[in-house]
Amino acid sequence: MTLTKRIIPCLDVANGRVVKGLNFESIKDAGDPVLLAEKYSKEGADELVFLDITASQEQRETIRSLVSKVAQVIDIPFTVGGGVKTLQHARDILLCGADKVAINTGAVKNPQIITELMNLFGKQCVVVAIDVKRNYDYAEGKNIFSEDSKKFWFEVFIYGGKKETGIDAIEWAKKVQQLGAGEILLTSIDKDGTKDGYDIILTKAIVETVSTPVIASGGCGEPLHMLDVFKKTDVDAALAASIFHYETHSVDRVKEYLKENNVDVRL
Amino acid sequence: MKVAIFDYGAGNIFSLKVALEKQGATVDVIKSFDQADNYSGLLLPGVGNFDPALQNMRKNSKTTFQEYVQDKIPVLGICLGMEMFFEKSEEGKEQGLSVMEGEVVILPNKFKIPHMGWNNLKLRKSNPLMDGIPDSSWVYFVHSYRVKPKNDDIIVADSDYGITVPAIVNRGTLYGTQFHPEKSGKVGSLMIQNFLRECKK
Repeated sequence: MTLTKRIIPCLDVANGRVVKGLNFESIKDAGDPVLLAEKYSKEGADELVFLDITASQEQRETIRSLVSKVAQVIDIPFTVGGGVKTLQHARDILLCGADKVAINTGAVKNPQIITELMNLFGKQCVVVAIDVKRNYDYAEGKNIFSEDSKKFWFEVFIYGGKKETGIDAIEWAKKVQQLGAGEILLTSIDKDGTKDGYDIILTKAIVETVSTPVIASGGCGEPLHMLDVFKKTDVDAALAASIFHYETHSVDRVKEYLKENNVDVRL
Repeated sequence: MKVAIFDYGAGNIFSLKVALEKQGATVDVIKSFDQADNYSGLLLPGVGNFDPALQNMRKNSKTTFQEYVQDKIPVLGICLGMEMFFEKSEEGKEQGLSVMEGEVVILPNKFKIPHMGWNNLKLRKSNPLMDGIPDSSWVYFVHSYRVKPKNDDIIVADSDYGITVPAIVNRGTLYGTQFHPEKSGKVGSLMIQNFLRECKK
């Protein structure tokens, strides 16, 4: 099998600028989305992900124009998400040039939208983003995991990581796959912005639960973390933001490093 | 040169349009074959679902695909567009365009579905579409079905996903790619350039 592992720079966008937060909060400017997209595409990124983190009604127009500008400068696939709740909104984004739409809160609130999107656009367009946080309070019927002798379960959060749902992430992943998700973008809220590495336990658990491709997200602070997640889990892609934005590491250098360490990547 | 993308109303045809324009083509988006004259080439884009796409095409055109193309106009079918060339698909109940013999089957569920990401091409034979493109080049796939041509002769290149996936097919002026050239970086641009050269002939 020669399918490569994908390296995906993520651009969190607010008011037309790329920003970066810590644990989904305290935001910092990181550049022009179109210029960054072009740069990453040239450096050999396998895909790009754009998340409109403001995702308000007023921002809808900004995102549409941004999506079409990005589509004109890159020739790799890209996913757009943030606040997508209706078929019409998803369609708008796809017609502006995005290849896939990521839905998160919209899917939790109305799971049927996953199937409706699949029927209209095909599975390949439908990315379900799942934001997850470890919950250390015992709850009946949840899938329990443990690390350093502490027990926890994985809870799905919505509204940009602000609101808990009581939903077990393992069960939710199974369900979105059944409903027609073509891919799962899995973000650990605990790890996001920490530069501590991906949540390996979470990633492994989800990858072993579903047969759709999974993108690991949250916590990447250095290329070693990508190597780690690829070596310890069968995840398909690793997403990172800040390590690329601040020129700490270029996409091509990261991929060379992974290749030197026997991860199949496109170079 | 003017080419047309057929829009069956499902999703992103913008990237394909931009990719063609970057190679110097003028691109119209059409929704019917009626009165769609003077195009040097036709593209069937790769987003959507088998039945809705075919129903949409049939509903909006009195002229059939075969009548329109008449084995003369070069056609590039991408992903679903290529699958539509065949007689039937496990994705739906509609009859395919039936310009290539064979069927479309779902990928075995022991593999991750969709087959999504960058994979190599394994060239079986030379083809105008592959001019200047080295064997083993990376291209971007995203699909859940694969084609099973009745006659393997039409397969130009395969890809290995644990199972052999026909990646490029060609019969006469009809070209199909299971992957997305418009999303496959420089290799894909070159392929689009090659297709446009065929349109010029």
